[in-house]
Amino acid sequence: MRFLLDAEQRAFADSLDAMLTAADTPAAVREWSRGEHARGRALWARIAEAGVFSLAVPEAYEGLGSRPVELAVAFLELGRHAVPGPLVETVTAAALLAGLPDPGPAKRLLPALATGETMTTLAWTATPSTPAAPHAPDHNPTAPHTPDDNPTAPYALDGDAATTRLALTPHGLYLSPGHGPVRPSLDPARRLTPLAPGGELLDSAPPTAHAPALALARLTTAAQALGVGLALLDRTVAYVRQRTQFGVPIGSFQTVKHRLADAKIALEFARPLVFGAALTMAPADVAAAKVAACEAAYATARSALQLHGAIGYTAEYDLSLWLTKARALRTAWGSPDVCRGAVLSGGDRRW
Amino acid sequence: MVTVDLTHTAADEAFRAEARAWLQAHVPPDPLPSLETEEGFAAHRAWEAELAADRWSVVNWPTAYGGRDASLMRWLLFEEEYYAAGAPGRVGQNGVSLLAATLFDHGTEEQRARVLPSMSTGEVVWAQAWSEPEAGSDLASLRSRAVRTDEGWLLSGQKTWSSRAAFADRAFGLFRTDPDAPKPHQGLTYLMFDLRAPGVTVRPIARLDGKPAFAELFLDEVFVPDEDVIGEPGQGWRIAMSTAGNERGLMLRSPGRFLASADRLHSLWQSQGSPPSTRDRVADALIGARAYQLFTFAAASRFLDGESIGPESSLNKVFWSDYDIALHETALDLLGADGELADTDWSERYVFALAGPIYAGTNEIQRDIIAERLLGLPKGRRS
Repeated sequence: MRFLLDAEQRAFADSLDAMLTAADTPAAVREWSRGEHARGRALWARIAEAGVFSLAVPEAYEGLGSRPVELAVAFLELGRHAVPGPLVETVTAAALLAGLPDPGPAKRLLPALATGETMTTLAWTATPSTPAAPHAPDHNPTAPHTPDDNPTAPYALDGDAATTRLALTPHGLYLSPGHGPVRPSLDPARRLTPLAPGGELLDSAPPTAHAPALALARLTTAAQALGVGLALLDRTVAYVRQRTQFGVPIGSFQTVKHRLADAKIALEFARPLVFGAALTMAPADVAAAKVAACEAAYATARSALQLHGAIGYTAEYDLSLWLTKARALRTAWGSPDVCRGAVLSGGDRRW
Repeated sequence: MVTVDLTHTAADEAFRAEARAWLQAHVPPDPLPSLETEEGFAAHRAWEAELAADRWSVVNWPTAYGGRDASLMRWLLFEEEYYAAGAPGRVGQNGVSLLAATLFDHGTEEQRARVLPSMSTGEVVWAQAWSEPEAGSDLASLRSRAVRTDEGWLLSGQKTWSSRAAFADRAFGLFRTDPDAPKPHQGLTYLMFDLRAPGVTVRPIARLDGKPAFAELFLDEVFVPDEDVIGEPGQGWRIAMSTAGNERGLMLRSPGRFLASADRLHSLWQSQGSPPSTRDRVADALIGARAYQLFTFAAASRFLDGESIGPESSLNKVFWSDYDIALHETALDLLGADGELADTDWSERYVFALAGPIYAGTNEIQRDIIAERLLGLPKGRRS
């Protein structure tokens, strides 16, 4: 038992942080939001070069093997810098392809995914497999339609920018031939695209066969949300220290302090859930991390908005890049409701 | 290369198994009466003696004082097993988590040898004597005095909200020994005293449910020998605060307790037909227990690496105290009309939990510490 990141993992986080800080990520985010992908693609190449996508690709396909802890480290930094693009979708697609019984699609698609030569998105248009299964003690067969029945990810993220579009449907996994019109997200940097039906059938297994890939999607979304929340807290602390009213910094008022203390508590208790889930990859752990990280990030976003006042409510101010992402990630890859269901059906001795 | 790893060693798992086996054989089948009653206090004291007889009362202490020299990790595993087994609350907790910790860091060998063995068996139960009528969150403004006399000190003044003092044997706390010191937190001394000594009057205070869980202490020239001063006179504040912020401050509530409570809540929810109205709150109790367990594993790992914990223990205190109340509120709501009954284990724990955000430094003080020392926000008036 040693529940601390090792020196190499911490150095990896620091190097990503330094690289993303130097890259003027906010400018890339704003262009990406307008459908201009040049800067975003350059950033994508740097992220790939740093080895991030390789962490989800087995060595047989020129990756570094499946490394969920390092992925959590990386996605925390990607969230901290509000990096745009189908990041979660790319690593989830890697896990999905690597898990297919036929090695053909993995052999064809994974090497270029790992190097960043391609950009992969993924729609998951079927009911997830983990929550409230019929054998679960809390299953209620007479219950009406619940959010559990909704598709996990009906829109592929950034289908307009992606070069590989995968669609996991009840009938199997397809290489989609194209995408429909972009639907705006509350986070302008997330461009939601329905995928065109049909295309090449890569595998005919239903989505229930892909629980490990879904777990990776939730883990990396949770880590990303945690990074978003930490960035929001940092920015808000800096703001309330310098913003003066009534002759003193507003950060000296107890109401302000306590609101930020609560944000700090929520984020610091979500953090070990994220890294614990990365170590076990148990569905209940991953779902718990997703709930806690996304709720902590969203609560922090609400406090960040309130404490910035009117300037925080503007699209122009960079805080908006994180504020809107905190909301979007909450329901991405499993709403709080769906993930709580996965926690409850996690078995008797959960942890 | 030391890597991140959540698995316990085989030796630690063997320790856990040994604890589990002992607890299975010894934990009373029915809950003991409330430890906040005279009858319950005696029953809990007897339970401490039973634990101590097989060296399970203070596993992380040195063997010389009745412990097993268990590591922090083993203590955490013991606590998981202890609460999973439904074992009784710990009547000696104030002494074990606060006074003993202070004696290990600041006491003399003679004091440890004299105080710790009888603490480990429950023969002597300790109460705390911090707060005063005019000194609560602003503890440093306390006014009870210790005046120098031949071979000791004479204590005078009033202490209040003294947990367990209604039935306890001895107490520890801070007293003003230098009234002329320039700042309020200077000139304080950390002392131990006998609750049955001449000059001590104990007036029990009924908590919300009427049980005498704490007391007022009236002190009128109570003699304390020099051997019961901990550390140097005048250094009491520093000594008391170092205990509050160290790894034991972090371990005031073990994760095992909340993991067990969350499992029990989940079982209760299922036994009531898994009502959707409380589904999210039950899930959040499970998630919170896991978060607290993992947070503690991370803190313990940092501590074992030689890092100090310090103000981070404030994150921990706010989290567990708010969590404990939310969990028990959910349980009472699930019980429906029976949630009102005061003679159930759930209601006993609920009333106990209500005090959590108030004692051991109110959550308002803890949030100030988080904001000022962890986030770096400017100090301001506490208003």
